[in-house]
Amino acid sequence: MAEYDTETVVHEEMTLRNDAKMTARDVSVFYGQKQAVRSVSIDVDSHYVTAFIGPSGCGKSTFLRCFNRMNDTIDIARVEGDIDLDGRDIYDPKMDVVQLRARVGMVFQKPNPFPKSIYENIAYGPRIHGLAESKTDMDRIVETSLQRAGLWNEVKDRLDESGTALSGGQQQRLCIARAIAVDPEVILMDEPCSALDPIATAKVEELIDELQGRYAIVIVTHNMQQAARVSQRTAFFHLGHLVEYGPTDEIFTNPKADRTRDYITGRFG
Amino acid sequence: MTLGGFALIIVALAVLAYLTTRARAAAFGGPAGTMRSHSRPVYHGAWAAILAFVPAILVIVFWAVLGDNIVAQQTLARIPEAIRPGSGIEQQAFLNELRAVYSGALPAAFNENVAAAVPVYGELVGFWRLVIGGLALLLALIGGGYAWLNSQSEFRARTHVESFATIVLALASLVAILTTFGIVLSLLYESLEFFSRVSPFEFIFGTQWSPQTAIREDQVGSTGAFGAVPLFWGTVFIGAIIAMIVAIPLGLMSAIYLTQYAGASARRILKPLLEILAGVPTVVYGYFAALTVAPAVREFAISIGIDSASSESALAAGAVMGIMIIPFVSSMADDALSAVPGSMRDGSLAMGATPSETIKKVLVPAALPGIVGGILLAVSRAIGETMIVVMAAGQAANLTANPFESVTTVTAQIVQLLTGDQEFDSAKTLSAFALGLVLFIVTLLLNIYALAVVKRYREAYD
Amino acid sequence: MTDPSSPSDTGETLPERTPTEWHSNAMQRRIRRRYARERRFRFFGLAALVLAAGFLAFLLFTIVSDGWRGFQRAEVAVEVTYVEDELTAESGSLARADYRTLLRRDLREQFGTERVASEGAWLRLRERMEENPGLLGQTERVWVVASPEVDLMAKGDVDFTLPAERRVVDDEMVEDYRDLRESDRVRLAFNSGFLSRADSTSSELAGVWGALIGSILTILVTLAISFPIGVMTAVYLEEYAPKNRITDIIEVSINNLAAVPSIIFGLLGLAVFLNFFGMPRSAPLVGGLTLALMTLPVIVIAARVALQSVPPSIKDAALGVGASRLQVISHHVLPVALPGILTGTIIGVSRALGETAPLLLIGMRAFVSDIPEGVTQPATVLPVQIFLWSDEVGRGFIEKTSAAIMVLLAVLLSMNALAIYLRNKFERRW
Repeated sequence: MAEYDTETVVHEEMTLRNDAKMTARDVSVFYGQKQAVRSVSIDVDSHYVTAFIGPSGCGKSTFLRCFNRMNDTIDIARVEGDIDLDGRDIYDPKMDVVQLRARVGMVFQKPNPFPKSIYENIAYGPRIHGLAESKTDMDRIVETSLQRAGLWNEVKDRLDESGTALSGGQQQRLCIARAIAVDPEVILMDEPCSALDPIATAKVEELIDELQGRYAIVIVTHNMQQAARVSQRTAFFHLGHLVEYGPTDEIFTNPKADRTRDYITGRFG
Repeated sequence: MTLGGFALIIVALAVLAYLTTRARAAAFGGPAGTMRSHSRPVYHGAWAAILAFVPAILVIVFWAVLGDNIVAQQTLARIPEAIRPGSGIEQQAFLNELRAVYSGALPAAFNENVAAAVPVYGELVGFWRLVIGGLALLLALIGGGYAWLNSQSEFRARTHVESFATIVLALASLVAILTTFGIVLSLLYESLEFFSRVSPFEFIFGTQWSPQTAIREDQVGSTGAFGAVPLFWGTVFIGAIIAMIVAIPLGLMSAIYLTQYAGASARRILKPLLEILAGVPTVVYGYFAALTVAPAVREFAISIGIDSASSESALAAGAVMGIMIIPFVSSMADDALSAVPGSMRDGSLAMGATPSETIKKVLVPAALPGIVGGILLAVSRAIGETMIVVMAAGQAANLTANPFESVTTVTAQIVQLLTGDQEFDSAKTLSAFALGLVLFIVTLLLNIYALAVVKRYREAYD
Repeated sequence: MTDPSSPSDTGETLPERTPTEWHSNAMQRRIRRRYARERRFRFFGLAALVLAAGFLAFLLFTIVSDGWRGFQRAEVAVEVTYVEDELTAESGSLARADYRTLLRRDLREQFGTERVASEGAWLRLRERMEENPGLLGQTERVWVVASPEVDLMAKGDVDFTLPAERRVVDDEMVEDYRDLRESDRVRLAFNSGFLSRADSTSSELAGVWGALIGSILTILVTLAISFPIGVMTAVYLEEYAPKNRITDIIEVSINNLAAVPSIIFGLLGLAVFLNFFGMPRSAPLVGGLTLALMTLPVIVIAARVALQSVPPSIKDAALGVGASRLQVISHHVLPVALPGILTGTIIGVSRALGETAPLLLIGMRAFVSDIPEGVTQPATVLPVQIFLWSDEVGRGFIEKTSAAIMVLLAVLLSMNALAIYLRNKFERRW
């Protein structure tokens, strides 16, 4: 592999501003001795879908998990640098991680519905956070969340069935509905379609498209076509570095960094 | 020569067969460095040793196990009828003394008749020993010689040795089946004997337990009642209620703390501690329950105004048993919780749930079948536990729900009924086997059901 | 949150929700409550563990605080003259000399009572003579085992301020003891007899050696039977057994036997070994056989796990160079699996070593005051000895029971340490 520049190429439109929804500055992540993310700075804006792409092991998922501090659950992980949500440092000891995660929701690679009914899966978040005053409130939240996730018509007659009885694609949309139910501001999606078949993938992509604008969405994917289809901004990671960050169409048609070009033309990855 | 001496000669013959046959096989024709025969000389030798040793030693083992009874019966048949002992215990005592005198354990016989029988017995023992030993030697010689003659270069000695090994392995695995059958048959046999004297209906539904059978007709308080309900209740009360009230919360919370909260280093210290708790012999728990816990429980009961408190209380035995079961419940719950996929936990945490909310609302419900299966296994272990109840629960068959009173259990009664001098075929001793049968069936069903639950649960997440 | 001017291309028909006020007071209070619950829950978890550990510590503390006195005994100094005529007066020979009468006389002369020394105190004199026959006719000061009452007083277990009728020792004994103290003729010494003698009806003479030997004999029988059969069963099931009904029955039998209460094995031993085969009661042979059947499933299960963990690549490699099935197993599979098998065996055997209930049923609770010399002689084992002593009323037996428990725990602990050592030393990762 040729020697590459480790400087990040940031496109003009993407110049870092400090009033974005979430900002990351010089973020590094270590797993024990190993450094998985190397000093990455990026902005995440409301109204847009931001895609993190790159070959596997490039640190994109690890970086994503910093945004709602899910790396806290891994004993050996250590995060350096600043990540702010609405200008407040989320790694500040005074920042409440429970609230943070309610505001920054997450959808995982493999659908992980709880072994409870569909209704209870959606109601779980609002219930622990006390977002519903009454049973009717809760019914409304469940219904709107499922509607937004485009699942309502498929499951409205069997809300009492177990969430694990749904198909893979439906399970993943259930998980998205579950994330929506607490009314988050940001939704992080960690390769949400990698365990799904093409038809289910198309449905989830359609859903992401519909959600865009309502939430700030960050999606990690190793599928470049998917990034091109659903995102407006794309960040390309390689070996823990952020290589290039810019508008999606520009990254795919006119990349500025050599590594990005090599990757999207299929020379490595 | 004793049987052991014959056995030694047979071993020597087997070694000889091995060496000579191996030497013979090593001399098979063919150029060096090529495969000259089907099997290597070692296998020819081994096969010869097997043929020389196995049949002969089987004869000797057979005689060692059964020979003494045969000789004893022949002795009894040969001595004059006048000095022949009666049947049953008398005969047993006669034979015991006879053997003791003959082996030199007793310097002289107390019973003149025994003294008269000793020479007869000795003569028979010597005669049979020669016959059996000679037969064994003959078999060894025939076996070894046959193998020696048979060891041609095309003889498939290795195949024979391997088949023999397979047969031995298969026979070994039959021991487990034999044990199971032995348990079932011996329990059934003695229980049927018992139920021919006491109706099964009375045994299972009766509420009076006082197993002394009257020696004299007019004896007081020796009704010989065999209603086992108080024992069943005592067993359930101590093993499935009191012990579980202690063990389930402590065991479950320990497992939760160990798997969800404790850091790696804390786990390294705490887990072995629980394992030590599991490794303490039950007799130690029993001693502790009887000597330390029971008096404390009694004093506590009296201090809160319960005067009927017994020094052998259900509470003391049950609580200590519960502590004994903690590591068991904890390790089962640990397994069940670990089997819940990590993604489930992440999913809940990512919603902003606290760890305890995640545990209570997601992990424990998801692991519930596994935990319940583990608890059932723990119950089965608790009701089969013996020493703690023997030492701390007492022998009074009370039908009471007062934890400060003394109750007794199935296992405690089995020990009580079968220790001390008992004639074996009284209803009292036989009832122990009926109790054993009930215990066996109940623990077996509990285990089968619990293991099925646990297995189904594991498969759900695999 | 939702900006109406956002570039959303959905036909918006869904009702809007008011954004959650995360910083409202109600929400903050709710979060504080949730965190309080979190801390409480975590505390309960830790408390459960601490309670379990605390119980273990308390148990060990009680045992040790009682038990260490079991390793001590009080001794009384007596001036003994080995007068030949008196020793041989009864039997006529020194080999069967009567030390008892001799010691009694000396005790009476020096203390005015025999009650300061144990009934078995004369054993010490015989030992002295056996060590040094030249003592005949000589006089020497010998420390002999004290009586239980003196033992209690020397260990400080008697409250002298209590009135005589509420004490275990009468005033006369207290006086004798005071005299002993003043003349410095009583001391506490290491109870060597505890580790070298068998059971006795007098607590000051009782020892665990007989029970320990009984345990060792029993466990040797158990091991000799259950280890080979267990390993062979495991090898058969893992490497040979065809998938058929009989194999299924074997598997089910083993799994069920592992869960059968131990006392059921006692019933089996009683019905089959004692009553059917007529084997001797109370003998390590029968105890060992019974425990072997109990231990068998444990060993089989452990050995199967160990055999399963041998990577198939090793077997394939050996088969590839033309090894037969027996050769593959004996040359390659068993050596790799052996540490795992041994660890499982030690765990199974140490459980058998602590087992009591089944042995009670086959008569190993008999009072045995001799040290057993073979597997067919009457014997008792450590756990049963503990059970028997725990039933004795004397204060002296309480500390003996605890001391015996200490011995048993020490044996078990060192066996488990050996298992852990083996596991760590030979554990291989593939």
